[in-house]
Amino acid sequence: MRAVLRRLVPRSLLLRNLLGVVAGLVVVVLVLETTSPFRNSQFATMSYYAIAAAGLTVLTGLNGQISLGHGALMAVGAYTTALLLEGGSVPFPLAMLAAAAVTAVAGVVVGAAAARLHGPYLAGATLALAVGVPGLAIYFDGLLGGEQGLSVRSPRPPDWFADAHYFLTAGELGGAKYLAYVGWITLLVVVLLLANLMAGRYGRVWRAVRDDEVAAELAGMRLGGLRILAFVVSAACAGLAGSVLAMVVRLAAPSGFTIVLSLSLLTAVVVGGLGSLTGALLGSALLVFLPPAVTNLGTGAGLTGVQAAQLAPLVYGVVLVVVMLLAPGGVMGLLRRLWRRGINQGGST
Amino acid sequence: MQQFVNITLNGLSQGAIYAAFALALVLIWRATRIINFAQGAMAMFTTYLALTLIESGQSYWVGFAAALVAGLVLGALVERIVMRPVEGGPELNAVIVTLGLFVAFQALAAILFGATFQSFPAPFGLRGFTVGEFTIAFTPFSVFVIGSVLVVMLALTALFRFTDLGLRMRASAFSQEVSRLLGVRVGRMLTLGWAFAAVVGSLAGLLIAGGNLVHPAYMDAVIVYGFVAAVLGGLESPGGAVAGGLITGLALSYVSGYLGSELVTLAALGILVAVLLVRPRGLFSRVAERRV
Repeated sequence: MRAVLRRLVPRSLLLRNLLGVVAGLVVVVLVLETTSPFRNSQFATMSYYAIAAAGLTVLTGLNGQISLGHGALMAVGAYTTALLLEGGSVPFPLAMLAAAAVTAVAGVVVGAAAARLHGPYLAGATLALAVGVPGLAIYFDGLLGGEQGLSVRSPRPPDWFADAHYFLTAGELGGAKYLAYVGWITLLVVVLLLANLMAGRYGRVWRAVRDDEVAAELAGMRLGGLRILAFVVSAACAGLAGSVLAMVVRLAAPSGFTIVLSLSLLTAVVVGGLGSLTGALLGSALLVFLPPAVTNLGTGAGLTGVQAAQLAPLVYGVVLVVVMLLAPGGVMGLLRRLWRRGINQGGST
Repeated sequence: MQQFVNITLNGLSQGAIYAAFALALVLIWRATRIINFAQGAMAMFTTYLALTLIESGQSYWVGFAAALVAGLVLGALVERIVMRPVEGGPELNAVIVTLGLFVAFQALAAILFGATFQSFPAPFGLRGFTVGEFTIAFTPFSVFVIGSVLVVMLALTALFRFTDLGLRMRASAFSQEVSRLLGVRVGRMLTLGWAFAAVVGSLAGLLIAGGNLVHPAYMDAVIVYGFVAAVLGGLESPGGAVAGGLITGLALSYVSGYLGSELVTLAALGILVAVLLVRPRGLFSRVAERRV
């Protein structure tokens, strides 16, 4: 059975990943077309969490650098997008690329400092980044809009896309659905690129640096450069995520990029399983679909709306602690363990 | 000139609080090699307990004492139940656990005490002393802040220097295995260390809150400042933490007074990165070299 499956899957890694992305695209179309506009906007939200979490899992899971500053990096991407889309002359894909590029440059600066730190030191420095960066938006309130932030023009679907969509599904293309498509197509591209990167030379080298820096250094790897590169890749993803966030939320404001955002992203990658892209996807699904469920439970149990809204972060925190204590590999680690046990039993009978 | 004096005095009393907070971080770091990022959230929680008591008609001092006792219990419980399994494991795991506690405490406080701003009373006047014809930014409450931080420092120094318990705590921080062989109950000492640290943290939380507004996130920035102060002092030495706290308080007060209060956290980040890159062992540490 496994041999048959293996023959059906192409040898080349790129082809295999491309196949996965195409399958993913089909699933995305099916899901977005069969769900309500409310669900569509939830999926749009999930897409930007997932893009940022995918980037973070490369940094933390693969390279072993923790970052509590990814919320701040998303803010850089979101504000860049907001400023570029303001005039209405820049097409939004260009604004997204620019957001990724600007955030990558910020990533070089942060990464250069981060490359020399590890563990708690890095956590403290990036925590300062997460708490400090929203202050910039308030300091430069002429340009960045202060506490109120900048409102963002969400892109309208171009005619060819709307036509193609009508041709395929004969359904209506609402604004929320279009943004969900934009987010998910971006996510699939990011996942394709990162999956190749992780399976290739850089993935191996990053893992080597994470597992034993002395051995990696002796093998001729330049630790500093590699760490900065991992940070830049991760920052570019965060910038892209911030760009999608700005377009979906139609706002870039300091209150959207608190320390809780950074810690939620960390929760997503830890719960999903550090270092796994699938885990990052699962974790970001949790970030989107858990809060409404928990909030409903809370209001059902007699809490006020404000109190119930705080149940979600409470659950994140408790889940972070419990996962670290009981299953540090996260959901993917558990699944992998079950899968291996299944194979062993299958082999022995 | 008057502005400079006021900013300096303000920086000193803020610095005293950061020093206390840094001291709490250093106590835990020395014993377990963990930075407790939940320290601020725990302090916020105990401060809210004090506020609840005060609002129900108790005196300030009852609330004050209750918060310190609650800190003691909370610190011990957190160490014993949550931190013990990750001590000595991969350092990333311990960091993530403390961050989880941070989020959980903050959310729990918002649920139990409300997410709005509430004013916290101060036991002493908040009007500055007058010198000649000027009113300076040094209030009776600032005297209380600096005084209580001094008392805590002296008490901790006395504990570690002159008591048997302090000796055992220092020994288990220095070498767990050897202390265990010599009959020190290392686990108990670690729990006690976390408990003392949480008391000092709670004190910092109460002092920051005094005469100010509290809300569940009011300690977020203080974690950063306390961490910067602790790193400035080299993370190892309590004396260094205190000096680091005063330096951080002064520096941030100047930034806030002359450049703008929005930039304070970024300035803290700047100081932190500069110290870590130029002098990773801190300004006062006598330990030779350390990988950060």
